[in-house]
Amino acid sequence: MSERQLVVIGGGPAGMGAAISAYEAGVKDILLIERDQYLGGILNQCIHTGFGLSYFKKNLTGPEYAHRFIEKIQAIDNIEVSLKSFAVKLTKEKELIFIKPGELKEIKAKALIMATGARERTREMIHIPGDRPSGIFSAGLAQKLINIEGLLPGEEVVIVGSGDIGLIMARRFILEGAKVKAVIEIQKQSRGLARNVVQCLEDFNIPFYLSHKVARIYGKKRVEKVDVVEVDEDLKAIPGSDFSLACDTILISAGLISENELLEAAGIEAGNISIPGLFVCGNAYKIYDLADSVSRDALLAGKQAAEYLKGLG
Amino acid sequence: MTKDLICIECPRSCVLRVCVESCRVVRVSGEKCPKGKDYAVSEVENPRRIFTSTVSSRGLVLKMIPVRTDKPIPKDRVLEAAEEIRKIKLDRPVKVGEVITANLLGLGVNLIATRDCV
Repeated sequence: MSERQLVVIGGGPAGMGAAISAYEAGVKDILLIERDQYLGGILNQCIHTGFGLSYFKKNLTGPEYAHRFIEKIQAIDNIEVSLKSFAVKLTKEKELIFIKPGELKEIKAKALIMATGARERTREMIHIPGDRPSGIFSAGLAQKLINIEGLLPGEEVVIVGSGDIGLIMARRFILEGAKVKAVIEIQKQSRGLARNVVQCLEDFNIPFYLSHKVARIYGKKRVEKVDVVEVDEDLKAIPGSDFSLACDTILISAGLISENELLEAAGIEAGNISIPGLFVCGNAYKIYDLADSVSRDALLAGKQAAEYLKGLG
Repeated sequence: MTKDLICIECPRSCVLRVCVESCRVVRVSGEKCPKGKDYAVSEVENPRRIFTSTVSSRGLVLKMIPVRTDKPIPKDRVLEAAEEIRKIKLDRPVKVGEVITANLLGLGVNLIATRDCV
């Protein structure tokens, strides 16, 4: 088992920011592992603008925002980047096992930063009854299919929940020639930013139903339609307010949850880490609205890891 | 006439109160930075958006190359731009910021790559 000063798990905005910040604070041996074949994480599929307004004072797309960090990392010899590397096990002693093509690696880290990002809430988590046909995607998966793979998941779309990714994807489907039948939000206000309601929905006259929910999904093989119903203050269905929307695709945009499976499997509570030298940052720590905030968080994590390592002497 | 706009320049999403007379903005309030007034004037008199999308490739490592316009384009030309760039099959490596299509739709803006691709 080899030993490293600092291991960072995740090569998205959090991991890249943390690695750079730790280096700048004096750490000279850093291993950054990323499961994808590129650095950048979810930024690579976020092709819209709105990134960097506070961090760089510039309006950048996700890939451009990532590019600034990637260039910096590539210029730092002390940061070793291991791509296609998937962390499978972590222990309380900060021992990490990860796999990469043809290899299984075991590493003991003096300090370790978890920058594993988040997962999307699924249909199962928001309890929509009905059939279980194909054609139901999380908003971020649809984003990956369109923007990375060049595949259009469907042609008539209903979006459940008004998270930012769902709003962004409403516009994205329109630009790709699909129809967006409606965005359905159970709460009284949008979950996503007001600017996204304006530039993604209103710009394209997409119906936005607040205080509504999808009551049922229908479809034998593929999604065929959904029932939508208005809800009252207690989020209960108002009888007689229901209507149907024909569609072949449903996107779920109901928010993110921190990805902390490695910690949980190690018996470490993600929200209350008491292991010296172990840090969590970015969306793995808490869900941020903006990548800029993730970068700020990562900066802090990198500094703290550096301070911890200095303390070890 | 007075109307409210939500500024889309940054995530703060300021609510702008805009006083419009014969299709011209005469007064703006509610903005928390100078971008708000510019946005209000542009949104009322000549609404524009940065257009972002992807173009497909041939023989490159990425299937899709993310792109954007280097300047905002008229809002009512965005769908046309989306249609236009579907014709593109990029077959040469590009760097971030490199022009893919100059003078898109004759609008005086360039379509640029937003990611390196070999």
